[in-house]
Amino acid sequence: MAEIQIKNVAKAFGSYTALHDINLTIADQEFMVLLGASGCGKTTLLRIVAGLETATTGEVWIGGRRVDHLPPKDRGIAMVFQNYAVFPHLTVFENIGFGLRMKKLPEAEVKRRVERTATLMHIEQLLGRYSGELSGGQRQRVAVARALAMEPDVILMDEPLSNLDALLRLEMRAELKGVLAESKTTAIYVTHDQVEAMSLADRISVMHQGRIVQADKPVAIYRNPAAEFVAGFIGNPPMNFLPADPRGDGKWMVAGQVIDGPTHSGALKFAIRPEDVKLGDHGLPATVRLVEPLGAHLLVTCDVGGTLFRAVLDSDLSLKLGDTLTLTPQGDRQRWFDPATTLAVA
Amino acid sequence: MSPRYLPYILILPVTLFLCAFFLYPFLLVARQAFLSDGGYSLQNFRETMGYWKFSISLQNTMLLALAVVPVQVSLALLMATMVSRMKKGRDLVLYIWTIPLGISDLAAGIIWFAIFEQSGFLNSMLTGLGVIDKPAVLLGYQNPLLVFIAIALAEIWRATAIMLVILVAGIGLIPKEYYEAAEVFGASPWQRFLRITLPLLRPSLQTALILRVVLAFEVFAVVVALGGTLFPVMMGQIYSYQFDLQNAGGAAALALVVLAISIAFTLVILRALRVPKGATI
Amino acid sequence: MTPVTTAAPRAATKAPARRVYAASVLLLSVWVLGPIYLLFVNTLSSPEAVNSFPKSFIPQFDLGSLAFFAKFDGMLAALGNSVIVAAMTMVMSIAIGAPAGYALSRFEFRGKELFRLLILLTRAFPLPLLALPLAVLFIRTGLDDTTFGLALVHTTLAIPFAVLITFSLFSGIPIELEEAAWTLGCTRLTAFTKVVLPLILPGITASAIFAFVISWNEVFAAAVLTIENRTLTAFLLQKLGDAPIHLKFAGGFILVTPALIFIFAVRKYLFAMWGIANR
Repeated sequence: MAEIQIKNVAKAFGSYTALHDINLTIADQEFMVLLGASGCGKTTLLRIVAGLETATTGEVWIGGRRVDHLPPKDRGIAMVFQNYAVFPHLTVFENIGFGLRMKKLPEAEVKRRVERTATLMHIEQLLGRYSGELSGGQRQRVAVARALAMEPDVILMDEPLSNLDALLRLEMRAELKGVLAESKTTAIYVTHDQVEAMSLADRISVMHQGRIVQADKPVAIYRNPAAEFVAGFIGNPPMNFLPADPRGDGKWMVAGQVIDGPTHSGALKFAIRPEDVKLGDHGLPATVRLVEPLGAHLLVTCDVGGTLFRAVLDSDLSLKLGDTLTLTPQGDRQRWFDPATTLAVA
Repeated sequence: MSPRYLPYILILPVTLFLCAFFLYPFLLVARQAFLSDGGYSLQNFRETMGYWKFSISLQNTMLLALAVVPVQVSLALLMATMVSRMKKGRDLVLYIWTIPLGISDLAAGIIWFAIFEQSGFLNSMLTGLGVIDKPAVLLGYQNPLLVFIAIALAEIWRATAIMLVILVAGIGLIPKEYYEAAEVFGASPWQRFLRITLPLLRPSLQTALILRVVLAFEVFAVVVALGGTLFPVMMGQIYSYQFDLQNAGGAAALALVVLAISIAFTLVILRALRVPKGATI
Repeated sequence: MTPVTTAAPRAATKAPARRVYAASVLLLSVWVLGPIYLLFVNTLSSPEAVNSFPKSFIPQFDLGSLAFFAKFDGMLAALGNSVIVAAMTMVMSIAIGAPAGYALSRFEFRGKELFRLLILLTRAFPLPLLALPLAVLFIRTGLDDTTFGLALVHTTLAIPFAVLITFSLFSGIPIELEEAAWTLGCTRLTAFTKVVLPLILPGITASAIFAFVISWNEVFAAAVLTIENRTLTAFLLQKLGDAPIHLKFAGGFILVTPALIFIFAVRKYLFAMWGIANR
């Protein structure tokens, strides 16, 4: 059992506040991804859980034990670093066995575990090599094997795939998911790559300016963004926003069209994903400004009532600049945000 | 142990050591310089600076620095740029050129003495070539200019290496892309040196110059080995105040003068070669 | 547009330039090595040959001068003192300087800039002058005319270099390696001994050798602080006036030879050490 609880954690570097009052519970064996742009505080939060950084205030609990005053070695964690941090003066075997030997496990057990995790990561051929003789992908595998060999309660990963090239990243992503599901450890994984987050996570915490904006299952984050920031950050291309004026009784004027929406006083923003509009007879009037063929679809940038609006449309369409279209939003995929609070309105 | 105190614990030994053997003796020198006949006065300064040898040794030290340092800067710059373009044999050439780094000023003085002494190699060569028919006294009071040249040569020979090392390290920090960009824009090798290497090398030049100028005022053993008493310099004066004249106050006063000159030149160099904030590599 | 046609005339115009370049490299190498060679010629010739005229430019390979040097009263003791002082300087400057270098490279702390300034200040300071008051101080504490007393002064000379060089060496080791060790069961201390130290040892050796050379070569403080227990440099300086010249040359030879070996040993680190130390 290794549930992680982060209670009221805040971190200030001098006058700069990196984290504001973070509260997050990660269930036993859950795969939690911290997602956000650089500088949002996700790595700082991970390092506070690891014990590499001290929180200014707040508590960290792992497996029912308060750990925020313990050094990293006593927290029952293992970590995979962005630059792998494979020790250059040790062989792959010695790297993977490093933590086990620090624990003073019997040599036979060290050998058994090193060989098991090396096989798991497909690097059993490389055990005698030094880090300088390995490719980036192989170093990555050593770093993961080294963490897994510890059989930790919690595994922490800081952008572990970001230094790999695109194809290798795809391959390692799938492999990581399989290996970690099997190892039954709780995992926190930091990334700025939303596709990586979507594919790996049981739950995603979207972070922005030192706060967790939304923590939920990947599909829920995608479908029901709780805030305008999440809606604009998740999805590629991101969600479209159009100003909406109240016409009373749950009716809203959007780009000259009346649309059904929530009952709310004051103006709102109407939001829809580019892939959730279709060409139709009635809906938003749009003028084509840019057409980008993406193979499977066409990405069409239009002008809707003076606002730029992106639509993902069928690649068979032949569109010219200046064409006028009518875009029909799919009813159940519409979202509404309050510009005053930037939060979603049900 | 709290990580907050750890850095202070780590720097404590150096700080204590420097306080005991750098700051404290410095205060003692300063005190002694102003102390004479049981009271504080400028007596020591008046006495030492009024002595006829003071102005000569100050002048000699300055002249030597003036002759040596510019040659060293140009030579080190030349060597550093030559090395930076070298592909084959770079390590060997660098090793050879940095050998004098490990040679003391005393040894350098002895080495050049072997060349300039009366039965030395220069005389041997000159008679061998028939320029002169019997060995001449080169390092004597008859030839003050030659003594000066011998000392300057020995200094240039010995102490260019430290500048070379600093400048080579500095050039190594300049990204190659800047040169490629300049070449694309049509800069000649000379222009690249003038417009890219020199300005970006300013921090290294600063360090090298400060180190060299300060050391140039400390010149001592080379002079003793080559000129003896023919070419008095500041450090030699301090030495003889301390030992021959047993006048510690006088030695301390002169030490402060050397220190003041060193600091003044350091400040001038820092100012002249300052790098604007944000304009670093 | 073919590279062959454009490259050919270019290479042709560059050939003389390349010859000038090679010649200058050779000339500068001769300028450095020539004087050392002449010292070797003198050292490896008999005392008679050294004092005769004209000089041969080829050594006789006679060990007479060196034998005379070895038998000269007090010379071997001075050589021994030089080695002892330099060894003590080496150990002390690294033991005291390296922790500070580590602190500078790994921590942000209040007063860091002030500390760096103190270190840089000592570098831009005619340090041998400090031997003067220390001579008085040492008499009071019984450290006068001891190798340890002189080693203390030489350590002051070597410490700024030790701090700046180890600072640059430690900065070359990514902090992530240490952090990885912490997460794998290491304390700060074991992470240092198991990860940082093995990686840094060659560089530490190089900077220790550098400290050795600084002490080995120092003349002024050695001459001021020692009277009976002279180091080689102080002894030679004292004898410059009246010693036979073959003794001077043999002494110079003994001074220079270790330096040649040391510079060879640290040559790889020389430039890396100065790269960061400049900033």
